[in-house]
Amino acid sequence: MVGAIRPDSADALAAIIADAASDGTRLRLRGGGSKDAIGAPTPDARIVDMRGFSGVVDYDPPELVLTVKAGTPLAEVQALVADQGQMLAFDPFDHGAMLGCADGEATIGGIVAAGVAGPTRVSRGAARDHLLGFVGVSGRGERFVAGAKVVKNVTGYDLPKLITGSWGRLAAITEVTLKVLPAPRLQRTLGVAGLDPAAAISAMARAMGSAAEVSAAAHLQDWNGAPLTAIRLDGFPSSVEARAAIITALIDGVAPVADEEAARLWPAITTAAPLPTDVPLWRIVAPAARMPDVIAAVGGRWLLDWAGGLLWLASTDDAQAIRAAAMQAGGHAMLVRADAETRAAVPALHPQPKALATLEERVRRAFDPAGVFETGRF
Amino acid sequence: MSIKMPAPDETVLARRGEIVAAMRAIVPGEGVIDKADELRPYESDALTAYRQPPMVVVLPETTEQVAAILRWCHANRVKVVPRGAGTSLSGGALPLADGVLLGMARFNRILDVDYADRLVVVQPGVTNLAITRAVEDDGFYYAPDPSSQIACTIGGNVAENSGGVHCLKYGLTTNNVLGVEFVTIEGEVLRVGGRGLEPAGLDLLGVIVGSEGLLGVVTEVTVRILPRPETARALLIGFPEVEGAGRCVADVIAAGIIPAGMEMMDKPAVHAAEAFVQVGYPLDVEALLIVELDGPAAECSHLLEEVETIARANGAVSIRISTDDAERVAFWAGRKAAFPAAGRLAPDYLCMDGTIPRRRLPDVLARMRALSEQYGLGVINVFHAGDGNLHPLILYDANKPGELEHAEAFGADILRLCVEVGGVLTGEHGVGVEKRDLMPVMFSPVDLAQQQRVKCAFDPDLLLNPGKMFPELHRCAELGRMHVHRGVLPFPDLPRF
Repeated sequence: MVGAIRPDSADALAAIIADAASDGTRLRLRGGGSKDAIGAPTPDARIVDMRGFSGVVDYDPPELVLTVKAGTPLAEVQALVADQGQMLAFDPFDHGAMLGCADGEATIGGIVAAGVAGPTRVSRGAARDHLLGFVGVSGRGERFVAGAKVVKNVTGYDLPKLITGSWGRLAAITEVTLKVLPAPRLQRTLGVAGLDPAAAISAMARAMGSAAEVSAAAHLQDWNGAPLTAIRLDGFPSSVEARAAIITALIDGVAPVADEEAARLWPAITTAAPLPTDVPLWRIVAPAARMPDVIAAVGGRWLLDWAGGLLWLASTDDAQAIRAAAMQAGGHAMLVRADAETRAAVPALHPQPKALATLEERVRRAFDPAGVFETGRF
Repeated sequence: MSIKMPAPDETVLARRGEIVAAMRAIVPGEGVIDKADELRPYESDALTAYRQPPMVVVLPETTEQVAAILRWCHANRVKVVPRGAGTSLSGGALPLADGVLLGMARFNRILDVDYADRLVVVQPGVTNLAITRAVEDDGFYYAPDPSSQIACTIGGNVAENSGGVHCLKYGLTTNNVLGVEFVTIEGEVLRVGGRGLEPAGLDLLGVIVGSEGLLGVVTEVTVRILPRPETARALLIGFPEVEGAGRCVADVIAAGIIPAGMEMMDKPAVHAAEAFVQVGYPLDVEALLIVELDGPAAECSHLLEEVETIARANGAVSIRISTDDAERVAFWAGRKAAFPAAGRLAPDYLCMDGTIPRRRLPDVLARMRALSEQYGLGVINVFHAGDGNLHPLILYDANKPGELEHAEAFGADILRLCVEVGGVLTGEHGVGVEKRDLMPVMFSPVDLAQQQRVKCAFDPDLLLNPGKMFPELHRCAELGRMHVHRGVLPFPDLPRF
């Protein structure tokens, strides 16, 4: 790879991007590098290290809004809000360990750019739902502002949605404003062992459709030697107890999971840790009710998050076959982890139908007319 | 009417007969309206100060018809204004004299209810409330609840990213829509998102929601539904001064409580509402707070106590807690009747919609009172206190010459004030015509140009709902101009549009 460059002001960043647009250099935007191993290798791209943009800009807990520079480490952001009894409104996580590097390097900008969302996606939403505003530099080398710093805003196009999960292909994000929420006082996990995938998905759907206000629900193929379906309740203690009673009445054989075990279980689910690491790892999003069909159609080891709406699949199956199974179920498949040779050949993001791909291309050109950010990674 | 729409194109007006005939060829029978008296009901939406009969109204019934209409209009350079139920408060559906008004009212079917994945697939002309009605017997509901929910359509909600009193806890429309089918101005039918939790690729769904009919015409919507909470109870809390009410709101949130709804009314609003519906609001308070808590009964009783303690600590002088659902509904009745109540205080009113950081509330209300005196126009305030979304209602009389313009100037000053304290022009009603010319107060020319380039990616000829949202429509070619170095375009291998 071409040497990295680390700007520390929007002006410097704008100059780098404008120069690249003129001289034909392509730029790969990078935070802590925790997700470097996602997508095709880009030997010719110059890396722009965004960690020069670091620090808290504004945080007033009762406003439920946090503004922070994009290169700030996720761990720092989480510690900051936890100190005030709050949490980010979505459930971000560090991809480091999952992709073979150290934890703690992920930046908040990288989380937003990758649209990361953990188990509570199913109840609280994803990064896209809680990015209120951002400042960025477009592929034109222009600094622009989108969204705002209040929790409720419909002024102009919702560009924060578009930038979330855009993987550095629209603009370099220098500052983000995120919604925060009070952290729950108590978490309790209930589990039921031995269900097959269809029964597990059905049980999770019943739990999600009940008045128990389930925060997260997941199903592991193998936990302590047997399949485990886990249902998590977050909130005030009296409320969690009442809701646990609802789940207990609803699902046969459900029992509390000890806190210490739950504290290992959820991070393992979040990062698909129980799955083998020496085969390609896929992330399949589809309607939960259709997920048993996907599981039946593919080989490998897997686990289900998002009440069955997210399938982490470690499989040596042919990429086309995996993508076809996902599409058949109304979903899509992203290649998250594989060796460099596979990643060079198989696109990480699920290819779109032609008309939609054309429109996406037009939207990308609206931010980046010269293609400065088109490194070939995606 | 101080905000000007683009001047009609004479050459298009001259082709009216041909355009009507083309529409009739696509949508037969009563689906095309061109008689002057029948166009009248379509001349405005809920921003009634602005009126303009459209050239022709077309009411298609199928996605194929919508695609054919848009394809024809695109090929013939005719502007199109989409419309749902016409309840927009920002003029989002204001017609154009030289434009086709594309009414989506006939898309009124619920296509699928799926409890396993907790979603409903509907056509865009289905009303917001009809979705909840379709699933409530099974214990579910659709969370966003704009106050016009009896009439407003889900298609309009998608266009405007509508909110409601429950969005602090449950989000706006954008947080509750899983996918849409939409038709581009070129007549291409596309699907973004679907029944899964996340769309593939760029989040085009996220930018289509709230795009005010400028990017495409939505022909199908998939929304998520939620199980109805076990219980809901409300507190009605009166404060002798606004500051105490503001502190109470902040303290409730600081205590880790996110109420289902948290609404504030100022004294004039309380008096107007009580005179209108007589629900027993205290009349001797400066601010009235309605706090609704929902969830399991155990949680509600616990949180009711906490909120009551917080309210007393902030100087509340009256506190009532609903004992049954009828009483809870009564607490809300006055708030929900605030708009018609304002209609009894003055012949006309303008409803503003800025959002501010909540900590600035006392200051903003004081400055609003000063503006009210300066302009000599009354203002009553209702607002979504939890998320800082203000709805000042400016009272005026349109029959008095110049008073509408005066009221609009007052409203613009309020919105400038919202932006000045760190807030925004609109929290849930949309920019539309109403706030279009104020966009530069919040966004720089570079920010606005970036937004408009997204518009150009979807609609390069600017035919969809022009005159809304952007104060100036630059030609897309002008916005797309790139710096060309030594006469050579970089990256010649990339397709360009």
